[in-house]
Amino acid sequence: MSAHQAAAYEPVFTEERKKQLDELLQRYPTKRAGLLPALWMVQQARGWISDRAMAEVAEVLGLTPAYVKGVVTFYTMYHQHPVGKHFIQVCTTTPCNLCGGEGVVKALLEHTGCKELGATSPDGKYTVIEVECLGACGFPTPVMIGDDFIESVTPEKVPELLKKYQ
Amino acid sequence: MGYPHQPHPKETVVLSQYFGEAEARTYDGWVKRGGYAALKKALGMEPAQVTELVKESGLRGRGGAGFPTGLKWSFMPKEKKRAHYLCCNADESEPGTFKDREIMRWTPHALIEGCAIAQYAIQAEVAYIYIRGEFTEPLRIMERALAEAYKKGTLGANAMGSGKRLDMYLHRGAGAYICGEETALMNSIEGRRGNPRIRPPFPAAAGVFGMPTTINNVETLTAVPHILNRGPAWYKGLSLSNPKSTGTKLFSISGHVKRPGNYEVTVGFPLGELVNEMAGLRDGRTLKACIPGGSSVPILNREETESCKLDYEGCVEKGTMLGSGGVIVFDDTADMVYQIMRLTRFYAHESCAQCTQCREGTAWTVRILQRILAGQGTMKDLDLLLDLSEQMTGKTICVLSDSCAAPVVSGIKKFRGEFEAYIKGARKPVLAHA
Repeated sequence: MSAHQAAAYEPVFTEERKKQLDELLQRYPTKRAGLLPALWMVQQARGWISDRAMAEVAEVLGLTPAYVKGVVTFYTMYHQHPVGKHFIQVCTTTPCNLCGGEGVVKALLEHTGCKELGATSPDGKYTVIEVECLGACGFPTPVMIGDDFIESVTPEKVPELLKKYQ
Repeated sequence: MGYPHQPHPKETVVLSQYFGEAEARTYDGWVKRGGYAALKKALGMEPAQVTELVKESGLRGRGGAGFPTGLKWSFMPKEKKRAHYLCCNADESEPGTFKDREIMRWTPHALIEGCAIAQYAIQAEVAYIYIRGEFTEPLRIMERALAEAYKKGTLGANAMGSGKRLDMYLHRGAGAYICGEETALMNSIEGRRGNPRIRPPFPAAAGVFGMPTTINNVETLTAVPHILNRGPAWYKGLSLSNPKSTGTKLFSISGHVKRPGNYEVTVGFPLGELVNEMAGLRDGRTLKACIPGGSSVPILNREETESCKLDYEGCVEKGTMLGSGGVIVFDDTADMVYQIMRLTRFYAHESCAQCTQCREGTAWTVRILQRILAGQGTMKDLDLLLDLSEQMTGKTICVLSDSCAAPVVSGIKKFRGEFEAYIKGARKPVLAHA
């Protein structure tokens, strides 16, 4: 089999998930409106949204793959590439910046082995990014790990925190 | 109350009364605290009467613009010919603001009740609550509360036995500050890129799905049940300054303070007291600057902060805005040039890029500020920044561009010495290169 031949694609919207999406679509007068929820479902199932998955979403919702890609690229939370098992987002916008948010980023990059923002650690466990305002400025520095929202993180708390995400 | 801290005696606690009480999150816990009585009452009135009560109360939008809520509702067509929609803006992303998060985390049913009353008043069968993607915990709590409200028949085909259909859905965003702009939010619900739309048409004429739509902030809608329960005169009476600004408001305090968090006070409350006494500066520190209404409003210096009244007009008097009530405090250790750069970086990152002034202007503002911070700036750069900011103000579809210019213009005006120190080499560069 040549490397250029497309690998088999396993669709996301089969059986249960298809039913779930159909139910969601009842909430909106247009199918297009189901796009953001559908993309969330893909990311929850696969961890990221590949071009092939975008094409599937387009087909399910009666849109073009280019349109879907246009929407995916607009929203920063949709991953267009695989990320580490634990995706870590740290707020460094002004209120958190005043309280040492950049120190938390430094500690996370060091202790996860990611070294660079946006890069995945060699063991594939972590990806760390800076994020603009997580909306919890009274609890500096908020950090999101996957879907978990952790308040008041300091550089000192980082090693202990990472133990929970192995 | 001063969540996560003890309530402060100077607070006027209305919306935040049950913050921190887990039981208030449940349907039964909410009913036990007087919940859903206001909705019941509203359903027994004419929709126009409900709108009239809200108008009388003087309630104004708590999301930033401060538009009178009852008046906004009255713009909806009286005679319903097409579907009407309510959108609740729970996309709280303005740096410095974290009040809607606490409302949804602790009193989800208060928001549901407020939405339901608004829906009834504007004759909308469907409401979408647009919640930012990062708010995973508030999302889970709201999902649970909505399921309960449906199960109890408070929402659905026959809401509270009224014969009226009230449906309410959560729509999760995916990381875009601009979706808090009302027309971008509607595009995002429709499954589009979150680009703001040109107005007119205004949402009341053609909003989400092209239908008449009202869009209100979480805090605004949460105040509505209290107005129904206790009457507009009571709400109107909550005013320390002038009859145009009424009620209570949650202020989120962050930055260089000892007790950050949400504080609820009557509008017109002195900003100086909120910062110095309630939140409190760190020991041995003095106040340098304050942004009173979320990152999009002009920065105040110490004197202005200490004489500013927290209402819509009081803030305008000081050359700033009440905005969303996100109070960011800077003490004498703050590097204003660096922090202003950091604010503009936020806007450059969040620009939707459809207007040239914003797409290019935000990016260049950051680059010029970084050049100054790297010790490579010239005195001409300050004029260039001011000129650029002027070109970014009042010229675009939405105000994101204006918001980027606000801290730059006010910052250079009030803290010019700090900029000059970097340019003249009196301050060591903090960035390696521009």
